[in-house]
Amino acid sequence: MSSIVCQDLCKTFAQGEERITGLDRVSLSIDAGELLCLSGPSGSGKTTLLNALGGLDTPDSGSISLAGRRIDQLSRGALADLRLREIGFVFQAYNLIPVLSARENVEFVMQVQGIPAGARHQRAAAVLAEVGLAGLEDRRPADMSGGQQQRVAVARAIASEPRLVLADEPTANLDSHSATQLMDLFQALNRDRGVTFVLATHDPRVMAYARRLIRMEDGRVIEDVAQQPSPSAGRPPAGGAG
Amino acid sequence: MHWPLTSLLTLAWRNLWRNYRRTLIMLLAIALGVWAMIVMSALMRGMTDQMVRNGLATLPGEAQIHHPDFRLDPSVVNHMSMPAGNLLAQLNSAPITAWAARLRVPAVLASEYASRGVTVLGVDPVQEAALGSLPETLLEGRMLASPDDRGILLGASLARRLDTGLGKRIVLMSQDTENNVADRGVRVVGVYRARLQGDEERFAYVGRGALQELLGLEQEVTEIAVSAADYRAVDAWLPALRASAGPGLEVLGWTELHTFLGTMLAVQEGFVLVFMVVVFLVLSFGLINTLVMAVFERTRELGLMQALGMRPALILSQVLLESLQLLALGLLAGNGLALATLLPLRDGVDISAVAEGMEMMEMGTTLYPLLAVNDMLLSTAVVLTLGLLASLLPAWRASRLDPVRALARH
Repeated sequence: MSSIVCQDLCKTFAQGEERITGLDRVSLSIDAGELLCLSGPSGSGKTTLLNALGGLDTPDSGSISLAGRRIDQLSRGALADLRLREIGFVFQAYNLIPVLSARENVEFVMQVQGIPAGARHQRAAAVLAEVGLAGLEDRRPADMSGGQQQRVAVARAIASEPRLVLADEPTANLDSHSATQLMDLFQALNRDRGVTFVLATHDPRVMAYARRLIRMEDGRVIEDVAQQPSPSAGRPPAGGAG
Repeated sequence: MHWPLTSLLTLAWRNLWRNYRRTLIMLLAIALGVWAMIVMSALMRGMTDQMVRNGLATLPGEAQIHHPDFRLDPSVVNHMSMPAGNLLAQLNSAPITAWAARLRVPAVLASEYASRGVTVLGVDPVQEAALGSLPETLLEGRMLASPDDRGILLGASLARRLDTGLGKRIVLMSQDTENNVADRGVRVVGVYRARLQGDEERFAYVGRGALQELLGLEQEVTEIAVSAADYRAVDAWLPALRASAGPGLEVLGWTELHTFLGTMLAVQEGFVLVFMVVVFLVLSFGLINTLVMAVFERTRELGLMQALGMRPALILSQVLLESLQLLALGLLAGNGLALATLLPLRDGVDISAVAEGMEMMEMGTTLYPLLAVNDMLLSTAVVLTLGLLASLLPAWRASRLDPVRALARH
């Protein structure tokens, strides 16, 4: 059964007096457990599609279903609950809460979910160790490198055990080594936990990890192909990611 | 929806100190506002309290009983019997702490050099002492010894105007019960100093029995003054006193007897509230500005929280909690400052430089600030209510942010 089904999604934006097309009749379905990349040049609609899939933005027309449930007609509150319980986000910039430590950032979503403190602490420690940040739990974002911050964001995204992780240009601000570590981590989570990953990127290193590549241009899907992850992308997660 | 209160409180507290200079400035403003509210209220309340107490000391008592026509025609003709039966029992029961039956008559005092129209009070010194209505300071001579004392106690200012003094004889003239002029020579046995100079010139004290004899009365009096110590609680016991006095006597509380003082007290209560609201309304704009800036600077972060699944109501609560913490700290500092200011002043503030102008308002030369718990609670309520209302706008704006736009902000 498809995890996500989009049909004829359209979205336009006002820019001055002009209307910019964000999505132009986009239809696709994504199975549970996929690791797919949305690629294309800037302004091609990758982020707009990602935002629509995550319930951050609503399309002008068309429909989106997540596990059979229409999400394009939900209220703000219901969409917030959906994001809280079912979707993990990783953004281009690290987007951590600067006044909270790494552990508190990871626990934040779980706290809002109402998970008891004991279970929360335990899971946060485990997830931070999983992303290679054991020992750095009490550091605040300002005291961490870009790669470490992005890994905290990943830990936060997966700590609440979502079925779907949406990542927008997750490696854009990372050096090559950190990018590889992060993608290895995504791949391991996808393989070991069956988490569905949808990544918007134009980084070839990221695309190499995907088993499905959707190319977009001018708000339209112009190519949707299955591919074999490259051999280097298939090796076990390196460094702390393991 | 789950309310992660600990998390919200932690976030609010840490956010509060992100821009600590701005927070400290706002804290200082709130603390000074609260300090001003409490200190000004204490000074105003002290002033009003003193005006009321001084007024009641010369009234005297918090309630008085008269012949029904006495207030229109305050002459000895409108006299009444000494209290007896139910009325006497009521006067001698709690919460009434003191009462005095007296003769209050208009009279003329004449020396060989001058004469003055005054109010002569025929008193029982023991009853009056319990009521606290006798002059506090005796400059020379002695107080009246008993109701039958045939001497007269004059204020220093009146003695000066009559060009008389201790040991000299003056003539007391007043109307008797037959509407004839009764007069008698009386010797000045004491000269007193009153808190208000006007009282020194207005009141002269003689023995009640001696005055009754002069005016052709037996045991009758014109006034019974009653006190239960707390002038704010008169309404609690006045109806019972009124009932025991019966329909033949008029029983009035001090707010009816001295309407100016009664009105002053009511106006003061209202003025304290208006003053507090005005002070904090001005402060509210600073608070709104602080929170609007805090929300503006954190737009991206607030968008992130929404993207992660924080409902708008939680975002609103978080900003309101931040405001609440700021207000609570300001209140704490303001109350502390106010206490530190008022405690050293509890023995009074010398206002003799302006005392002459204040005397017409029954003020003395020392102002005793009166710190009321109610004023502290009222200022807390005003600050929290207006502060949270002022915070609603920035908090609401934060909760209505579009996460996509907020996250795209640089």
